[in-house]
Amino acid sequence: MTTTPMPSNDNQVMIELKNVNKWYGAFHVLKDINLTVRKGERIVICGPSGSGKSTMIRCINRLEEHQKGDIIVDKVPLTNDLKNIESVRREVGMVFQHFNLFPHLTVLQNCTLAPIWVRKTSQKDAEANAMRFLERVKIPQQALKYPGQLSGGQQQRVAIARSLCMNPQVMLFDEPTSALDPEMIKEVLDVMIELAEEGMTMLCVTHEMGFAKTVADRVIFMDGGEIIEENNPHEFFDNPQSERTQEFLSQILNH
Amino acid sequence: MGKVHVPKPSLPPPSNSIGAIAWAKKHLFSTPLNSVLTIIGMYLVVTMGYWTINWAFINADWVGDSREACTSSGACWVFVSARFNQFIYGFYPESEIWRVNLMFAIFTVLLLALVIEKTPKKPWIAAFTLVVFPIIAFFLLYGDAFGLERVETHKWGGLMLTLVLAVVGIVASLPIGVLLALGRRSNMPIIKNLCVVYIEFWRGVPLITVLFMASVMLPLFMHAGAETDKLIRAMIGIVLFQAAYMAEVVRGGLQAIPKGQFEAADALGLNYPKTMGLIILPQALKLMTPGIVNTFIALFKDTSLVLIIGLFDLLAIVQSALADPKWLGYSVEGYVFVAFMFWIFCFGMSKYSQHLEKKLNTGHR
Repeated sequence: MTTTPMPSNDNQVMIELKNVNKWYGAFHVLKDINLTVRKGERIVICGPSGSGKSTMIRCINRLEEHQKGDIIVDKVPLTNDLKNIESVRREVGMVFQHFNLFPHLTVLQNCTLAPIWVRKTSQKDAEANAMRFLERVKIPQQALKYPGQLSGGQQQRVAIARSLCMNPQVMLFDEPTSALDPEMIKEVLDVMIELAEEGMTMLCVTHEMGFAKTVADRVIFMDGGEIIEENNPHEFFDNPQSERTQEFLSQILNH
Repeated sequence: MGKVHVPKPSLPPPSNSIGAIAWAKKHLFSTPLNSVLTIIGMYLVVTMGYWTINWAFINADWVGDSREACTSSGACWVFVSARFNQFIYGFYPESEIWRVNLMFAIFTVLLLALVIEKTPKKPWIAAFTLVVFPIIAFFLLYGDAFGLERVETHKWGGLMLTLVLAVVGIVASLPIGVLLALGRRSNMPIIKNLCVVYIEFWRGVPLITVLFMASVMLPLFMHAGAETDKLIRAMIGIVLFQAAYMAEVVRGGLQAIPKGQFEAADALGLNYPKTMGLIILPQALKLMTPGIVNTFIALFKDTSLVLIIGLFDLLAIVQSALADPKWLGYSVEGYVFVAFMFWIFCFGMSKYSQHLEKKLNTGHR
């Protein structure tokens, strides 16, 4: 196991959200969100559905556009400038709830497409790199299959490998295990834990509280478009401050 | 406790549910009514089949060069064989027919190379077919260069004209249709509205009107001397018209692609052209194969409408041959021949599209 780098030792700010606001029509989804993520930090975001947690991390790579406030990713501000957006997206990997693999391409092609076309890597290097990451997520033997031939857990691991092939600085996970059968959740979480131990900066929307306890540096609780509570996992689970957090935790932990 | 679970073995299905007799019993003779219907149906199929085969093959006349050769009670294919060259090449000068043949031979070789799976360097062949071949084809057919005699387009006709119109229409309308469909889904209001207006305009007028406009009205608006060839005008009309239909088929396919595919492509840093070219269109075109081929087939058959502006496609030239006093009364043979030629090409396209669907199916969803 690699040693866990302490985020507090490295103060380089990776992501900064300042007074971010977003509306869907008249509906105010994100209300004055302030969040700073340092390099190497692992953050778990939880909260009831509709609380804006997915929207928040989707704003970080501009899958959603925020209307007020600033989002700065690795010193690049997210504005309407396409160049900035593209450069942020190159550095930020994303894993989706429904995998979103490209069904017309093989697993290997899924992994090499962006490195070849965006990073201009040669096909040979891209394939070698992709195989390394497929080995890391433990499915190199599936490289020539199509996504439709794999189980959900395998597909999600391919999706993680596909993101890693771009050598991102940050990884965003949007409920990566919510669409999986129970017996496949562990294989995906194992990959994520390994990634966290290697020091990847991660923001993860999830309801896997075990995962949060194991790897998170901070847990963020959101409700109604606001960050209600932010704490280290130990304090967050054992000593939640707000009533809303207590209620939420009692609902997801005691059943 | 400790009871070991032994999975039950899979057994073969009961014997009365398989085999030809079981199949016939289930599908043809399941009830008295169905048995009667089956027998009536079989009677009709057999008698009509018998009559058709007798007419078209057994009692038919095949050889000869005038109607005197047709002595039996069946079809007089002499009519078709005697005028075969005209049906295929129109009024193309006989001494130059090799040019048409050469053009179609090259085209067939290129198509086969593209269709056969193991051909190496397919992208280059495709580029050659789309860019260089049309130029070669133009000079072969029209001439007036490289020592080839000029053959004016009003001498083109028959199957050759039908194929030229259909191939140009098919090859040009697909890319224009794709661009229009992308434009219609664009976020930019000007582009979007221009595409909507274009599509709705061309879909709202009948092809015959378009052809009339192209051949009769357009020259009135142009200077004398600036007049373009009638065939070219018809081609442009067909392409613009079919592109609007193609755009709607393509749009249907684009809409069937889940939002997640766009998001995944965005998240990987792919820009719009790469997202469309590498992720969305390959999937959408696959979904659209039946719709696109459907449009191609419709287009192929619609080319016969050019007879209305005095171009002699396959149907028009056979019709004019029927008016020849020497061959009065053989319209059935003529129309059967036309129908058969159209059917061969349309059926070929349909079969290839089915093959393509199977090949492109990567077992997703």
